[in-house]
Amino acid sequence: MAILRVLLIDDEEELVFTLAERLILRGIEVEGVTSGADAIKRVQEKKFDVAVLDMKMPGIGGLEVMKRIRREREGIKFILMTGRGSPEEGEEGIREGAFAYLVKPINIEDLMEKMMEAVSV
Amino acid sequence: MKFLRRIIPDYWADEGKSEGGRFRYRRLWKYLVSLTALVSLAPLVIMTAVNYYQYQKVLRVEMIHPISQLASNTKRSLESFIEERISALNLIIHDKSFEDIADQKRFIAVFRNMKNSFGGFVDLGLIDAEGYQRSYVGPYELKGKNYKDQDWFHEVSLRGVYVSDVFMGYRNFPHFVIAVKNERAGGDFYVLRATVDTETPIRKIISPLDLRPSTDVFLINRKGILQTSSRFYGRILEKMSLAVPPFSSRTEVLEEQTREGQSYILGYAYIERTPFILMIVAQPKALMENWLSVRRDLVWFLIGSIVIILLVILWSSTYMVNRVREADLKRAALLHSVEYTNKMASIGRLAAGVAHEINNPLAIINEKAGLVKDIAALTTEDFPQREKIIKLIESILVNVERCSTITHRLLGFAKRMDVHLETINLELLIKEVLSFLEKEATYRDISVNFHIPENFPSIQSDRGQLQQVFLNIINNAFAAVEDRGRIDISIREDKDTVAVTISDNGHGISEEDLQRIFEPFFTTKKEGGVGLGLSITYGIVEKLGGRISVESKVGQGTSFTVILPAKRTRF
Repeated sequence: MAILRVLLIDDEEELVFTLAERLILRGIEVEGVTSGADAIKRVQEKKFDVAVLDMKMPGIGGLEVMKRIRREREGIKFILMTGRGSPEEGEEGIREGAFAYLVKPINIEDLMEKMMEAVSV
Repeated sequence: MKFLRRIIPDYWADEGKSEGGRFRYRRLWKYLVSLTALVSLAPLVIMTAVNYYQYQKVLRVEMIHPISQLASNTKRSLESFIEERISALNLIIHDKSFEDIADQKRFIAVFRNMKNSFGGFVDLGLIDAEGYQRSYVGPYELKGKNYKDQDWFHEVSLRGVYVSDVFMGYRNFPHFVIAVKNERAGGDFYVLRATVDTETPIRKIISPLDLRPSTDVFLINRKGILQTSSRFYGRILEKMSLAVPPFSSRTEVLEEQTREGQSYILGYAYIERTPFILMIVAQPKALMENWLSVRRDLVWFLIGSIVIILLVILWSSTYMVNRVREADLKRAALLHSVEYTNKMASIGRLAAGVAHEINNPLAIINEKAGLVKDIAALTTEDFPQREKIIKLIESILVNVERCSTITHRLLGFAKRMDVHLETINLELLIKEVLSFLEKEATYRDISVNFHIPENFPSIQSDRGQLQQVFLNIINNAFAAVEDRGRIDISIREDKDTVAVTISDNGHGISEEDLQRIFEPFFTTKKEGGVGLGLSITYGIVEKLGGRISVESKVGQGTSFTVILPAKRTRF
């Protein structure tokens, strides 16, 4: 299995680093950032396969971050995390070009599955 | 009954039940009815009464006047009739000497002349101071008869003139006597005595042709003995059945009552220098016959008008108070609905806020616990109680999952969803929803019956949200019924709405619970129920522009009705 390079973006620091550590334990190369601005900066410096992105963040919102990253670097797949219970928000993300969405709190196995699907397409 | 409903308000009957407002409407109704009745009936009744009494008064005067006039005229005629005859006798007695008229031949001539000039004389006699009839002309042989001991002779010798009562006498026909006296020098005197027939001349005077058949005119003497025969009060020389009226020098008209209590109008006059009293007796009933029939018509007209006016007043008051009451009820219902909607909206916002705030820490707990589990599960090193720790963490994760289910439902309850309109066949949609529950229905032997009219038109609404609404309600119905229960689903079409009713024959809901059934976190399910299903359903139906209502009886079942707009273009 090729090593996945994942950029994890969420404003909750605790969540980002804990989730990152869990993914690392599963053999994935993960970097976590806590703002959209940091994420945009980071993708200019390094190549990632997948961005896991919280939709609702202070500063630049999730969908805007997705658009800007895509401008910087093509080929990154996006998996959105939504805190809201409504599927509509996620559906909107899919219409904007995200690969999938997950509702928080997420199930780690679901996330793994979606990431694998994303890179195998 | 239907007619009564229109004039008596229907909330009148159920007085026993307690509904504070009804007494207000009853009071309003009473007030309206009495006020309008007062202002419309009082003038009518007063005017009619005043008119009635005025008219009666005028009529009475009108009735009395001709009687008074008749009495006066008749009195005058009678008086002049008698006066004439007294004057005639006086003329003879003063004109001729005693010797002149004592001569029988001359006396006959005098009587013939007198009879020719004045009608009514029957005979004539000359009586000297000793009471002997010295000369006599008439149908009987009375010459030489002595009157000395008779009352009339004393009377005429004392007063000079005498008019007798009517009597039958030897000749057996009614007549009366007039006598005059002439004094001679030396204290001697003589008397001229004439008999006057009452029947012809007097009758002529007192019985005018135009008398009403009910009016009686007759003469009595002062003791009440009839001097002429009357129509109703006795025959001649009998005692009159009425009382003798008191003396008056003028013509009088009185309203009297007979001993039997019948009222009559009496005109009377004492005839001067005679014992006669003229009596005119009239029956007011007969006189007022026309007036009475007018009065009868008037009274009936009044009663008819009052009844019609009262009916109109009752009907219009009932109509108006009913309108006011309906408007009040509508307003109260609207107010209640607005209040309820507001309450639901604020509960929704609160729930969403809380859920959102809790969801983030929940996600962190989820990851932290997940990491602990990962570490325990994925590291190769063994450590004490590793299996137990993994189990504990898994339990935490399961409960985090449960919490997140709740928070997401809460978020869904309040969140503004976009409504995607499409044409929906309600019957198909409900059958799709039912297909989710098909297995349970078969397993528990629950029968689901449809009552849907043919050619039922499609409606414009949101498919996903309607599915959720019906799934929720039908799910509840399944939970409520026993095995082999029954669920009925019917669709009715109204003007602008479509109503779907889902009834079950399950355990029902108590009245108390029914009040709170759409509130979030209200549940009657013993286990596993969060109490959000119906509140979410309520929110969705409102958003789709519809209404949801519920009726239930404990032990008999529950029926939910969802009313949806048939067509919606804007949200």
